[in-house]
Amino acid sequence: MSAIRFDDVWKEYGDHIVLERITMEVEPRAFIALVGPSGCGKTTLLRMLLGEEQPSRGQILVDGKPLPGEPDADRGVVFQRYSVFPHLTVLQNVMLGRELRDAKFSARLFGAARRAAADDAMKLLAEVGLAGQENKYPSALSGGMQQRLALAQAIMRGPKILLLDEPFGALDPGIRADIHLLMKRLWNETHLTVVMVTHDLSEAFGLATRVIALERSRNRPEERERYGATVSRDLEIFPRRSAELRSPVQPAPAGTTRSGKEHQPGRPGALVLKEQP
Amino acid sequence: MRLVNIRPGRQTRFYLLALPFLLVAIAYFAGSSARLAQNPNDKLLPALPSMVQAVKQMAFEVDPRTGSYLMASDTVASLGRLGSALLISTVAALVLGIVIGLLPGANALLGPFVSVTSMVPPLALLPILFIVMGLGENSKIALIVIGTLPCMIRDLAMKVQELPREQIVKAQTLGASTWQIALRVAMPQTLPRLIDVLRLQLGPAWLFLIAAEAIASDSGLGYRIFLVRRYLAMDVIIPYVAWITLLAFLIDVGLRVLQRKAFPWFASVRAE
Repeated sequence: MSAIRFDDVWKEYGDHIVLERITMEVEPRAFIALVGPSGCGKTTLLRMLLGEEQPSRGQILVDGKPLPGEPDADRGVVFQRYSVFPHLTVLQNVMLGRELRDAKFSARLFGAARRAAADDAMKLLAEVGLAGQENKYPSALSGGMQQRLALAQAIMRGPKILLLDEPFGALDPGIRADIHLLMKRLWNETHLTVVMVTHDLSEAFGLATRVIALERSRNRPEERERYGATVSRDLEIFPRRSAELRSPVQPAPAGTTRSGKEHQPGRPGALVLKEQP
Repeated sequence: MRLVNIRPGRQTRFYLLALPFLLVAIAYFAGSSARLAQNPNDKLLPALPSMVQAVKQMAFEVDPRTGSYLMASDTVASLGRLGSALLISTVAALVLGIVIGLLPGANALLGPFVSVTSMVPPLALLPILFIVMGLGENSKIALIVIGTLPCMIRDLAMKVQELPREQIVKAQTLGASTWQIALRVAMPQTLPRLIDVLRLQLGPAWLFLIAAEAIASDSGLGYRIFLVRRYLAMDVIIPYVAWITLLAFLIDVGLRVLQRKAFPWFASVRAE
């Protein structure tokens, strides 16, 4: 449960400007969906939040404090792939966060502490629908189950912010719908602020409290290097979603989005994103 | 049917596997009997009975001069050198490979150095080792370590660097320190790859062992081969070479089985 503030953040690689003029506030317990065409810097923005990359200019504040320069336990993450450890069983994967926290040197728990951690991990596994799978290796799980495991693993450590990098992008539609329900429940039951990168607009509008689109304002070939993407749409979902609401949230029907702080002229709900060639 | 689509069955596979071995044996014994027919005292291609006789003498009869079974004591001496050298190499490669692979600073410090040292021809260092360490066991073990260690470190560091970046980041978001990442993420995933690297280095290790034993030693499989070479004793040399090959093959199989049993998760990771 943390507020995030982007204060005029730029990201440049040499002469190549990827992101520019990113200024926004994310309220605690929000569920932000970052959308935009591929190559527009969504993932770069997420990696800066993660601490894996540093902004070239400006700063990112979490609860008023500048973001540490490397990833830490306050910010959990689920990637599209390689989020779980292939050499650990399902149960060991979930317990890992606890072991890392409580055993600084050996990074392993023994005896009563281990049993307590295993009990908590088993509860969490049941919660995400992985009961009975605890002794399998991740490679024996389907893609959807692996992502459930990655969610459980991240949540076990109790992060304040959960970052999702196209976590459900590689899943079949049916499996994706199931895991969306799980994601909503986890968001409601924990105290997480969630930031999710996705290229699936229905997923963005179905899950998030706020959808933020990143787009390049200038896209001519000779301008592409020198002008980065910035926030082009900032849409709050209407009716307003909030985490305390326990009732299942339906995906917003078309036309009910309301444009909040709009940076560029455009009709509400007429969000068109083109995949760039 | 195209050749690319023809898959041999179980039985065919077995026959195909045996065929090259069989052909080599036939070629040898044909040549051997042809030469022996011309000159019964020919020593270059001894017949099977004389090799059996030689093995019997080397392996199952006590040598009157040393009071030991020569083949057994040679094997013990050679495997002792090989084993202690590979143990040193393996442990050092594991530690240094993880350090170089995981820490960009250590990579900048040691990466180029290891690459350069892996280019030094180890046999050219053998005289230096003999001068510095004497002719005893240490110089032979050192030769094998010098011959295998730089390549093992380099390969292993590369394997550690090939671990998906996502895993290292993920471990940090679970609160892991550098030490904990090395202990719980990098090392367990490096161990099965270490077995691959070790298997690749077995060939060079045997090479350096035989070379060191040939030049200065008083026991060992390589020593024996080069000793009996003076008497053109092919009936001893050929069984010894076959025995060394069998030992190397068994060690390789053993490592492969160990990899499969100890790291059941690894097969599917490698298949990716």
